[in-house]
Amino acid sequence: MITGIKRIIRSGFIGFWRNAYVSLAAIFVMTITLTVICGLMLGNELLKVSLVQIQEKVDINVYMVTTATEDSILALKTSLESLPDVTEVTYTSREEALSQFRDRHKNDELTIQALEELGDNPLGASLAIRAAETSQYESISQFLDEQRNLENPESPLIDRVNFNQNKNAIDKLTSIINAADRSGKIAMIVLIVSSILISFNTIRLAIYTSREEISIMRLVGASNMFIRGPFMLQGVMYGLVSGVLALLITYPVALYLGPATEAFFGLNIFNHFVTSFAHLFFVLVGSGIVLGIVSSILAVARYLRV
Amino acid sequence: MIYFDNVSKIYNSGETGALRDVTFQVAPGEFLSVVGHSGAGKTTLLKMIIAEDRPTSGSVFFQSLNIHAIPKGSLPNYRRKIGTVFQDFKLLQNKTAFENIAFAMEANGRSDEEINDNVPQALELVDLSDKSWHFPHELSGGEKQRVAIARAIVNQPDIIIADEPTGNLDPIATYEVVQILKKINDLGTTVIMTTHNKGVIDALGRRVITMDEGRVVRDDPEGRYVL
Repeated sequence: MITGIKRIIRSGFIGFWRNAYVSLAAIFVMTITLTVICGLMLGNELLKVSLVQIQEKVDINVYMVTTATEDSILALKTSLESLPDVTEVTYTSREEALSQFRDRHKNDELTIQALEELGDNPLGASLAIRAAETSQYESISQFLDEQRNLENPESPLIDRVNFNQNKNAIDKLTSIINAADRSGKIAMIVLIVSSILISFNTIRLAIYTSREEISIMRLVGASNMFIRGPFMLQGVMYGLVSGVLALLITYPVALYLGPATEAFFGLNIFNHFVTSFAHLFFVLVGSGIVLGIVSSILAVARYLRV
Repeated sequence: MIYFDNVSKIYNSGETGALRDVTFQVAPGEFLSVVGHSGAGKTTLLKMIIAEDRPTSGSVFFQSLNIHAIPKGSLPNYRRKIGTVFQDFKLLQNKTAFENIAFAMEANGRSDEEINDNVPQALELVDLSDKSWHFPHELSGGEKQRVAIARAIVNQPDIIIADEPTGNLDPIATYEVVQILKKINDLGTTVIMTTHNKGVIDALGRRVITMDEGRVVRDDPEGRYVL
């Protein structure tokens, strides 16, 4: 058993070297495929991070009239919080709004003077509402509209609701990210299929060059596994080498793009590459090995009627 | 040991069969020669025994085993009981005589110790001990065929199948190869050989089956070459 495995491994290595150029072609294509998969995985992470960041910027702000009492605002806050779509409601009181305003305009003499001139606090309190999904804002905004209609026109509570400004931009961004994701997946499938075909052909060629050896093996009663084993091992080796190569190619690219992605997306792609290296290694080398084995099993089944 | 029971083989429907109602048996330790014109069905007969080909009707038995009922996965095991020798030797060109023989043992999963013990013995039996590290292109036709015979016997098969083993050889090499097959037979291994060579058959004086158009037309216990 052990000698058998030893011999299968040895002849697998010999086959790999003897067909060096053909092996090279298979490894080349598989490396490209795996590099693209790696790139897509990293790119996907960037898109995910930026989507989350943008979504966090989205909320509905409800501005209250200056005459609104704190009690009635808090009552509205409680009823908002009881909605299933709402994850968070932040209350900003009139005083807080004023100090934030002062803070924001502390270098703007004219505005501060105008504020002093007024004497009274012109700003109303506000509620910032946040939902888990951008699509849920629609129903929250509807709820607010209903609230407004129910109000007594003599003593209104809500001054205005700002939401619609952001909505279009967010919808557009979501669809761009989804499209990028989808086209990445299509590219990945095309590449995977072509690399299966090429390594399939490579192994078929290896089988063809050693067909004499195979027919003699069969005559002397070699088991099917003894004949197949070396070819499957070659497939595994193509995958293993390609997986490692893909990581080696991605490393300097990630290093180069790191600072730029940090500035633009807020995520340093190189740091992400390093921290998730184990995961990437597992996925790339694993899928390389699966690719190699699948293509060699296909080639062996088709061209080696054992 | 080998029993053909009413075996027919038809390659393309409608045409004459390669084998037609062939029935005979081979006893253990026998040396059987099969003669006949080209296309008489000799090679098809041997292919049936090594399960390379299936009969259209009838059955072939090895001892009590129906050869064509053996499941695919067990075929390698069955083939290990049979040594095969061919007209064109079928040696691996990039391996030495020793390695060619060792290859058959490796494929059978034998240990390195066994290989180092048995290969020199097999080479000695075919009288090629001094050429064990020669490559096939450095050997004469007769020597190549002797390497092939050594490879066939090294796994100690119950039976040797030789398809025209002397077809490519000059008279002296032919004589040597037949002597070796005879020696193997004397040591107890059953031999089935096809040949065109009248001299070989007449010198052997063993059982001869004559085939014509897929039928067994003669079966002589101490045959001569008659067509």
